[in-house]
Amino acid sequence: MIRVTLPFHLRRLAKVDDEVRLEVPAPVTLGSVLEALERSYPVLRGTIRDYGTLRRRPFLRFFACEQDLSHDSPDAPLPEAVASGAEPLMVVGAVAGG
Amino acid sequence: MTAVRVLVGTRKGAFVLSSDGKRESWKVSGPHFAGWEIYHLKGSPANPNRIYASQTSGWFGQLLQRSDDGGTTWEAVGNEFAYDGPTGTHQWYDGTQHPWEFKRVWHLEPSLSDPDMVYAGVEDAAMFRSVDGGRSWQELGALRYHPTGPSWAPGAGGMGLHTILLDPQHPGRMFAAISAAGVFRSDDAGKSWRPVNRGLRSQHIPDPTAEVGHCVHRIAMHPSRPDVLFMQKHWDVMRSDDGGESWREVSGNLPTDFGFPIDVHAHEPETIYVVPIKSDSEHYPPEGRLRVYRSRSGGDDWEPLTKGLPQSDCYVNVLRDAMAIDSLDRCGVYFGTTGGQVYISADAGDSWRPIVRDLPAVLSVEVQTLA
Repeated sequence: MIRVTLPFHLRRLAKVDDEVRLEVPAPVTLGSVLEALERSYPVLRGTIRDYGTLRRRPFLRFFACEQDLSHDSPDAPLPEAVASGAEPLMVVGAVAGG
Repeated sequence: MTAVRVLVGTRKGAFVLSSDGKRESWKVSGPHFAGWEIYHLKGSPANPNRIYASQTSGWFGQLLQRSDDGGTTWEAVGNEFAYDGPTGTHQWYDGTQHPWEFKRVWHLEPSLSDPDMVYAGVEDAAMFRSVDGGRSWQELGALRYHPTGPSWAPGAGGMGLHTILLDPQHPGRMFAAISAAGVFRSDDAGKSWRPVNRGLRSQHIPDPTAEVGHCVHRIAMHPSRPDVLFMQKHWDVMRSDDGGESWREVSGNLPTDFGFPIDVHAHEPETIYVVPIKSDSEHYPPEGRLRVYRSRSGGDDWEPLTKGLPQSDCYVNVLRDAMAIDSLDRCGVYFGTTGGQVYISADAGDSWRPIVRDLPAVLSVEVQTLA
């Protein structure tokens, strides 16, 4: 079971209180996790990645296992700790600054 | 028993302000979609309980919300706005051609007769339509394909299609206004468009009388006389008596003819309202005095309306979609400010008072008159 944490506004949109748990077939990649997330929570379509290009929205980041995976290929396997459910994939909103 | 419902979009959520026909005591509901920018909400004239809302965020993009119970509960509907056909390019700030990129929905205009049909004006400028209550959206691409499209350029605030007027008397006729391209008219329900900007003069473009390139801020019409249009332009208040074929200036004795909203009295088609703003460089009322100006002659001759409005140290702005007018017998006029106040005049502008004072910056105000 893959664990995904979402920023406040997306948790509220998806009507979830805590981290989301998803069944994702191997190989577990950023792209396959996001696809499973959007399938389970269609309201999130377009909010994390662009509808057409599937590119990450610029003010969001993907972190896991103390690594920034934001610039990794969507087809690259996620760390084993994420694939096993030991660690969550974190979708993080950039701080506004100021 | 009549009632009014005021739909307020702000930088940090939506608010619904309700009152009976006296418009003296108000119930405030919200924030809905707390923390999100709500550019615009508007109810269906055919079913006032059907309300559409544009919810947007720099982080999470665009969402479209729909209510079927007058704004009490909401459902996220379709948020895929894919340009029709080849993306095309328009002029960018540096003079190069830049691909059209969807950013957000600025304005929603529900059909006059079908609650499931709604138009959306978006940035980068284009018009979309949904015929299934907002679940899916199709671009009316002929507007963007207009031969002048590659010459359209964004203003500092982006290149948004911000005004959509549906003509209640000529089937298929509609107007769209774009910053900074100008006004376009369709006579065939959006299948084809042409610019209708003759008579506009804009000093910020190389040819002040060009066919397109004008920074139109807002246009308005009275439903009983849809050939008469009123315009607040970047500078100049304008009027057309022939469905946009030609325009003439009616700024008259206004203290400044810069501003954003313009609207028309519900029962007096020659009575119009603007909120003069000092200049394009100083977006606040002249002398720090918030004044609505009313003309009862369709322009040229204007009177300041000040009773109940702050007449010192007021430095708010009133944005283009932030004025609305109800259709009660004693016509109510409403506007919201970037300082978070929503004002009402229940006597057509003679006197004003705030309904709320401390909302987030107000982006849009619409009012529904309920039977």
